[in-house]
Amino acid sequence: MVLNCRHVWDRISDYIDGTLDPAVRADVEKHLAHCEICSAVLDSTRNVIVLMADDRVFELPVDFSKRLHARLDQVLATERPDPV
Amino acid sequence: MTAPQVRAEAQQEREAALIAAILAGEREKFHDLIRPYERQVYLTSLSLVKDEAEAEDVAQEAILRAYRKLAGFRGDAKFSTWLIAITLNEARTRLREEKRAALDSLDNQIENEGDYTPAVLTDWREVPSDALERKEICALIQQAIAALPDTFREVVILRDMEELSVRETAQALGISLSLVKVRLHRARLLLQKQLAPQLKIELKSKKKGGMLRRLPWF
Ligand SMILES: [Zn+2]
Repeated sequence: MVLNCRHVWDRISDYIDGTLDPAVRADVEKHLAHCEICSAVLDSTRNVIVLMADDRVFELPVDFSKRLHARLDQVLATERPDPV
Repeated sequence: MTAPQVRAEAQQEREAALIAAILAGEREKFHDLIRPYERQVYLTSLSLVKDEAEAEDVAQEAILRAYRKLAGFRGDAKFSTWLIAITLNEARTRLREEKRAALDSLDNQIENEGDYTPAVLTDWREVPSDALERKEICALIQQAIAALPDTFREVVILRDMEELSVRETAQALGISLSLVKVRLHRARLLLQKQLAPQLKIELKSKKKGGMLRRLPWF
């Protein structure tokens, strides 16, 4: 099947995750091979996903862990887990 | 079995042993059980509660709840998935208390009506991860994620930031696999549309400053 750009955009997320079925994947790849626009959409979407996954985007608040474990200490010292 | 599967299994066994010990009275081992997931719990909380201090508070409450309800963990899902589901619950309860729940119905409308078209950039250039050393770049990404409808943000944070599988994301949120995929697709396109042009401009403006010119990726 010959895909147009819109078809390819609609499948971009599944393409990135590798969840398209092989025939559709081959059609998408055929389109990408000659379409600069869709190639740029694919690469930039991938790029955004890589950047988002980076721990530097959202850092834990300073001393988050320290405050958490201090609070836990109080609770662990005085409470046992609920019975089932 | 592949190496990641072996690692995952070893981790699950280690956690099962810790949980058994905690329930048998070695309560201080809960510190060790929770340590690998602090960041995940915080990010999950931040996916719904957008204020940092409140997200921290919700994360703490969720972890305390996980401690109190630990005997109820059955081991049919991963401990991390169970913990994330508790965190989402805690965050939703908080939002409801604050009567912000009305926003949910608005979100559902946005979800079904939007036009999910990516930004078309023929002269797009890859943004290297090193760019995240710059606070302006991180801020652009944070703002774009914050601007997503809640239902999209939850999915994209669990899947693309915490790197859960589609199945685990579905389990944690209590929604179907296909709904996870649809929301993920739309969220990714919205982020691409918003961020690809902005990041390009931001990188270009800095490049002229000269300081980054010497770095190998330019
Ligand atoms: Zn195309």
